[in-house]
Amino acid sequence: MPWIPRGLHDGVVTTRYPRRADGYGEGFHAAVDVEPGAAVDDRAYAAVTACPTDSISIAGSTTGGRLHLDRGRCILCRRCVDICPRAFRFTSDFEVSTQQRNHLIVPDLEEDDATLARTRDELARRVRILRRSLHVRHVDAGSDGADEWEVAALMNPIYDVQRLGIYFTASPRHADLLLVTGVGSLGMIDSLAETFEVMPEPKVVIAAGVDAISGGILRDGYASSAGVTDLVPVDVLVPGNPASPFGLLHGILLAVGLLKESRGHAVRPSTNSKASVEPK
Amino acid sequence: MNGHEDTPAAVSVDTFSERVVARVARGARFCGLFASADSGGNRLTAVLAEGNSLRSEVTVVPDTTEGFPTLSTELPSASWYEREIHDLFGLKPLDNASLDPLVLPLKAGSKYPCPGSGEPASPIEIDPTPSRTRLLGEGVFTIPYGPVRSGVFESVEYVVETPGEDIPYVVPRVFYKHRGIEARFDGTSVDDGVLVAERYEGVASVAHAIAYCTAIETIAGVEVKEAANFVRIVHAELERIVNHLESVVRNTEAAGQAVAYARLTLHKERLQRLRARLCGSRFGRSVVVPGGVTGPPRLDSNTLLAGLDGIEKDIRSDLSLLMSTPSFIDRLRATGVIPPDLARQHGAVGPVGRGSGQVEDVRFTRPYSGYQLLGHQLIEPRIDGDALARQRVRLDEIAGAFHLVRQAIDRLSELAVDDADWRVPVELANGESISGKSISGEAIGWAEAPQGELLYLVTVDDGVLKRVKPRSASFHNLALFSAAFPKEVLTDFAFIEASFGVSIAGVAG
Repeated sequence: MPWIPRGLHDGVVTTRYPRRADGYGEGFHAAVDVEPGAAVDDRAYAAVTACPTDSISIAGSTTGGRLHLDRGRCILCRRCVDICPRAFRFTSDFEVSTQQRNHLIVPDLEEDDATLARTRDELARRVRILRRSLHVRHVDAGSDGADEWEVAALMNPIYDVQRLGIYFTASPRHADLLLVTGVGSLGMIDSLAETFEVMPEPKVVIAAGVDAISGGILRDGYASSAGVTDLVPVDVLVPGNPASPFGLLHGILLAVGLLKESRGHAVRPSTNSKASVEPK
Repeated sequence: MNGHEDTPAAVSVDTFSERVVARVARGARFCGLFASADSGGNRLTAVLAEGNSLRSEVTVVPDTTEGFPTLSTELPSASWYEREIHDLFGLKPLDNASLDPLVLPLKAGSKYPCPGSGEPASPIEIDPTPSRTRLLGEGVFTIPYGPVRSGVFESVEYVVETPGEDIPYVVPRVFYKHRGIEARFDGTSVDDGVLVAERYEGVASVAHAIAYCTAIETIAGVEVKEAANFVRIVHAELERIVNHLESVVRNTEAAGQAVAYARLTLHKERLQRLRARLCGSRFGRSVVVPGGVTGPPRLDSNTLLAGLDGIEKDIRSDLSLLMSTPSFIDRLRATGVIPPDLARQHGAVGPVGRGSGQVEDVRFTRPYSGYQLLGHQLIEPRIDGDALARQRVRLDEIAGAFHLVRQAIDRLSELAVDDADWRVPVELANGESISGKSISGEAIGWAEAPQGELLYLVTVDDGVLKRVKPRSASFHNLALFSAAFPKEVLTDFAFIEASFGVSIAGVAG
């Protein structure tokens, strides 16, 4: 009985996201941004060398080259930010999920708009039926253990994803969305494939965290598959090491078309899709 | 200061086991058995805690011999270490009765990864055939629980052998998520090593970073400044609070205490956000580095202390209500008992050990990172050995950790800190140590992770990591898991698992 007032004690603590932007930026490192057109000088070279996962590359000629950072590999170790703050800085914008691997490379690479639109439309058609009630099955395919905390956090009162019609399910046969964490350890390859196999159509797959996207720091490990993208057909990639709860939520909403992605960055939902994310 | 004795000379393989067993008989606590490739064979190191220091016994098993005499007949707690060594090095503990694969069921003919050998492990294949059934009896069957669990969990399979309701035996199979992360240390720089350590057992990143870095600092012969040590303590104790809360959260979830679950996950999230405000990472990563820290907490001490006060008050109030909720307590009481005798024999560490009468907490018994400078008290261990005792230990430690964080913040704000004090160089930019040579040598670093005593056996050769072997408390304690079951039924499983508070990543490696 004493738990009843306790449950009401703090009023509503739940975020208004995605209807309103959430102020959760403070101090959190969601991703690294690259200053477009930053000069490739000695400091920038030092940052390239210091990157433990070879996430930073230089495109073009050595004089007047352009710096690119692959968020699908970046483990947010902050070395480039410390070494060359002019070119690299942290952003707390967690809306960094994408549908295409090369969109994780910032600043944007040249790309084919028609292909992007096709991928987006194909996914949107496939997932239309899932928008109001989405059942998620999580599989750990060789994580460091922190990823699971972030996924489970989606069920705490702050994120409370059930308000959006998102439920975690024990059975893959009830699942619409497969949320995969980890580097794709050898031992999990078969279990992961089986889980995907028995899910009913339509289904979508999210690779959550750089471990799942590229293997992270274990890309070349003898027991890792350098991520899960070769093991299951991944629709949405959520960078982060681990992916944060807001990042995951953004990725899930992107996967079912409730938010849209544009040129590597998500934009606010259009008016009609907004209606379907009203809290129940 | 208490510490680790220098590495002793290797003894012969034949006397090795006897010497280790004799030391344990004289009261030493067995901390683990580890292998590394050496010229002409494999070197075995047994680490033992005697009083307030660590000692090692070392032997070299020549390539020409088939294996080494098993320790586990006399010392059952060595069994998992021998299985791990067998999986990774192909080195056979002779007469070990249960050599089931633990971390890596290699397919016959595959090359052993041999971390530390200097050769990159080639692609390997595994063969996850089910382990043998232990029990034979009428109506006994096995339930494979996992590796894909019902809920958001790390992948692990518990093979439950049961006649229907009781659980006479449980076999944890952890190899599913073996990532081969130990080998990732090989040949990397001392600075990169800490990034790997932080990801060995991701929920205890700070403890892993500290244990790794203290080993490096010992080898380099540098002393971390006081201020940097206090920063380490702030992050490490916040990590402890969150991990202990997680264990309680899992208990409330299993007991269907919906409001308590919601309240405690709320507090956990508030703490994770506070940690992000201190350093950018919700897991305290990229703070601890060899030689110190990357910088001070990024909140001024008053804001930080006020934030902590608010969270602690709420946590204390909700936990005190939880501990007087009979429908919750009844599920934990007398569930999953590890008798103190067994805990002592096994050398159980962390809250699992302290819930069963073991006193040791290396923050205070082998102080590192400036813990000796703060007022502290060893927590009175509990002797009931059940899930409730383990939870009570965690609640005491949450209170203690808040106290330590506050002290560290206070001490930090009293110090006049030079920017250069945050990080003492262990190597100069050209790869040379301050003594003029590239650092080489070996040492054991340690920390009290939320899960218990964490060890790092580190060998550095010319500024490059030759072999790093972490021993997580999760690995050591999970070996006791099955012993908590004989009297329990299937519905107790979740409580026993939650009260062990093990991270599978830290077991599988």
